[in-house]
Amino acid sequence: MSDSRWREFLSGVRDEAPILLGVVPFGMIFGALAVHQGLSPFAAQTTSSIIFAGSAQFIAVQLLGAGASAVVILMVVFVVNIRHALYSASVAPHIAHLKPIWKYVLAYLLTDEAYVVAITNYDKHGVSPTRHWYFLGAGITLWSSWQVSTLIGILAGGSMGENWPVGFALPLTFIALVIPGLKDRPSVAAAITAGVIGLLTFHFPYKTGLLLAAFCGIAAGLWLEKRKK
Amino acid sequence: MKLWWIILAAGMITYAIRLSFILALERMKIPDWFARGLRYVPPAVLSAIIVPELANWNGAVLLSWQNPQILAGIVAIVVAWRTRSVVLTLAAGLACFLLLSWPA
Repeated sequence: MSDSRWREFLSGVRDEAPILLGVVPFGMIFGALAVHQGLSPFAAQTTSSIIFAGSAQFIAVQLLGAGASAVVILMVVFVVNIRHALYSASVAPHIAHLKPIWKYVLAYLLTDEAYVVAITNYDKHGVSPTRHWYFLGAGITLWSSWQVSTLIGILAGGSMGENWPVGFALPLTFIALVIPGLKDRPSVAAAITAGVIGLLTFHFPYKTGLLLAAFCGIAAGLWLEKRKK
Repeated sequence: MKLWWIILAAGMITYAIRLSFILALERMKIPDWFARGLRYVPPAVLSAIIVPELANWNGAVLLSWQNPQILAGIVAIVVAWRTRSVVLTLAAGLACFLLLSWPA
């Protein structure tokens, strides 16, 4: 492996690391919850590797435990995860030149936490011939920690991790990543609008408020950008 | 048995969503407004995740100093703005949060 690929990969790993403080407790809680809801340890672990989407997994497992029908569970998973389509569109131009195998792998790794780190890096440094290794490094780091923390939760059971105050690390890391990117007024307007709508739609079910807030934020950014011209 | 089908289908749905635009956009020309809109995806989505998360205190919106995440979040925003460092932002926010929630 050439040096620059390896360097990119390691920077991705390093930049993903702080987020793990917030991710690991959630993985542990998920593992414990899944077993508590009646899934076998193997099924619980498989959920984390096949679905690999935190909030959707939590809701799916709770619905399973409550005896919901397959159709309901799958529809909810779709609605909860539809925000990933935005991430898909957002990273698409940056990885358009890659071989198909890269696209299939990076799409599998496209979680909230890996997207945030990868897109921040693309915005800051642009595309280079080896930049996708950074994305891969960030994605694999998150993937491995999600699998290991799920396993710890399955083995430990109980309520460990639930009162872990560093769960708060997740929004803090997102703050650190989003703030430097707010370089012009349309971006600030997008962030403020999305934040306010996110608050107003807090009670909306299945993250639909998040999606609505994101779209309003994007619209606000576009509108302000257009008005300035 | 049914459980395995649900897990597999849920995984395929999630994967299809994540793959959707990555594959679709290589086949079509991206309209200009769409490309410009993509610039605002990170600030909009992140803010839509962050703000409700900070306001969320035991499952409900609590916009008051009783909620230590509000002040800790504001401190983190200021530190992120001044230093652009993830580690410093995390340290300042967590320290503030722990100090504020100490007596409780």
